[in-house]
Amino acid sequence: MIHKYELNGLYIVLDVNSGGVHIVDKLTYDLLDYAVPPFATECPQEILDKLGGTYDIDELKECYEEIAELYEEKILFSPDEYEKFAKFTTASPVKSMCLHISHDCNLRCQYCFASTGDFGTGRKLMPLEIGKKAIDFLLENSGNRKNLELDFFGGEPLMNFGVVKEIVAYGREREKEYGKTFRFTITTNGTMLNDDSIDFINREMSNVVLSIDGRKEVNDRMRPTAGGKGTYDVILPKFKKLVDGRSKDKDWYVRGTFTKYNLDFSEDVFSLYEAGFDQISVEPVVCDAKYPYALTEEDLPAISAEYEKLAQRLLAQDKAGKHFNFFHFMIDLNQGPCAVKRLRGCGCGNEYVAITPDGDIYPCHQFVGMEEYKMGNLEEGTFNREMQADFAKAHIYNKPNCRECWARFYCSGGCNANNYQYMGDILKSHTLSCEFEKKRVECAIMIQAVKSLERNEAE
Amino acid sequence: MKHIMTINKANLKESAVKGGCGNCQASCQSACKTSCTVANQKCERDEK
Ligand code: SF4
Ligand code: SF4
Ligand code: SF4
Repeated sequence: MIHKYELNGLYIVLDVNSGGVHIVDKLTYDLLDYAVPPFATECPQEILDKLGGTYDIDELKECYEEIAELYEEKILFSPDEYEKFAKFTTASPVKSMCLHISHDCNLRCQYCFASTGDFGTGRKLMPLEIGKKAIDFLLENSGNRKNLELDFFGGEPLMNFGVVKEIVAYGREREKEYGKTFRFTITTNGTMLNDDSIDFINREMSNVVLSIDGRKEVNDRMRPTAGGKGTYDVILPKFKKLVDGRSKDKDWYVRGTFTKYNLDFSEDVFSLYEAGFDQISVEPVVCDAKYPYALTEEDLPAISAEYEKLAQRLLAQDKAGKHFNFFHFMIDLNQGPCAVKRLRGCGCGNEYVAITPDGDIYPCHQFVGMEEYKMGNLEEGTFNREMQADFAKAHIYNKPNCRECWARFYCSGGCNANNYQYMGDILKSHTLSCEFEKKRVECAIMIQAVKSLERNEAE
Repeated sequence: MKHIMTINKANLKESAVKGGCGNCQASCQSACKTSCTVANQKCERDEK
């Protein structure tokens, strides 16, 4: 399977199964409408008849041979030989956890999927005992995995920061016994950050996600306090301070959400850059179509155009020596994850779980509160292995749309939680999200294509 | 080649053979927490 597209003046052809990326000329681009395996030794007459009016016959013949050669090399129209790896995907060790340390929040972000922090289950802070049990659970259920990931999530984690500190201390103490290492991360709205918490986060957390939506007016509209005030002016200096004090070997992102209210979200990305941040993630809101800020099919053309614009602006920015990372455009075409990881997808409910303040286990943070997907409870010592095995099977070959999708080895099957919430089945792709994802992948690859052309020119 | 320029190693197939060790980060633990692009994750296999 191949996927071809034109973007930013380039004709790009992806060979889906080998991961090959080719930049081609217009002739090849058009010829690929007709030239498909099996290949003859010479370009068939009927193809020449079709394209001979537009292109030179000798050029067409030559190009046909190039295509056939790449086919022989298995980097064009290469077969999908990975399904056999999917057959062995059984329940794996649990090595990654989202700890809902606080089901409470001091903000009232309109689009919050946690419904103002409590996930519809009442405001609660996680007691230390549950946190410790979560650490134990990871240590005991992570098999031979050395790196254990634990994300402090909410609601707003800083509302329960004392417990966060104690859990970290407990984890650091116990990891030695097992010869494992915890990687702690945290997501925060920033309002409650102070010197002490900034210090702690910069020392202990390998990644921190700082929630802010971009331009002041955009942020303040969607991310007000419980009292209805804007938050931008409060959080910006705190985020700056945190980021400036962070050592280079640790990750961080400012992370925003865009909605129907700011379809020109590239302005928000750039506003974050101008405000002094160079690690940026801005994502489409996913919510019920009934909300006025929901993204719908009709927004698709505008959003696609905006992603293209953002990609072009990023390239111009790079050229001017002002590089920054946009999370969803980051892609390494040579050293990305292995095919097995790519076909397995996000790993929710299998290697990744979420824990509520009551110690309930869910497949991931977005499943929290959906009773039918409760997997167990830490205090009761229960964990539904059958459900885990089911989630292990939620790979691209079991998702009808993904099986046939050119983006399957980049996207890896989308978000199971969104699939369930909006399509009623974890295996049924949320088509609107798919369109966004495919556009992002096209843009990300285009950026790499431009860069490789520039490198070639420089040589 | 005159008409086609391949810009990467196209090594997905190779990667499958030694892959699947599970050392790398779960994708929703990185930056977004709402959707998933696995291709932008780092491989963290011990021996390459
Ligand atoms: S660490 Fe690398 S080889 Fe191992 S599963 Fe992840 S991507 Fe694959
Ligand atoms: S874009 Fe959609 S159909 Fe394609 S792999 Fe991702 S979730 Fe599946
Ligand atoms: S189901 Fe969605 S939100 Fe949950 S881990 Fe997977 S991609 Fe992330």
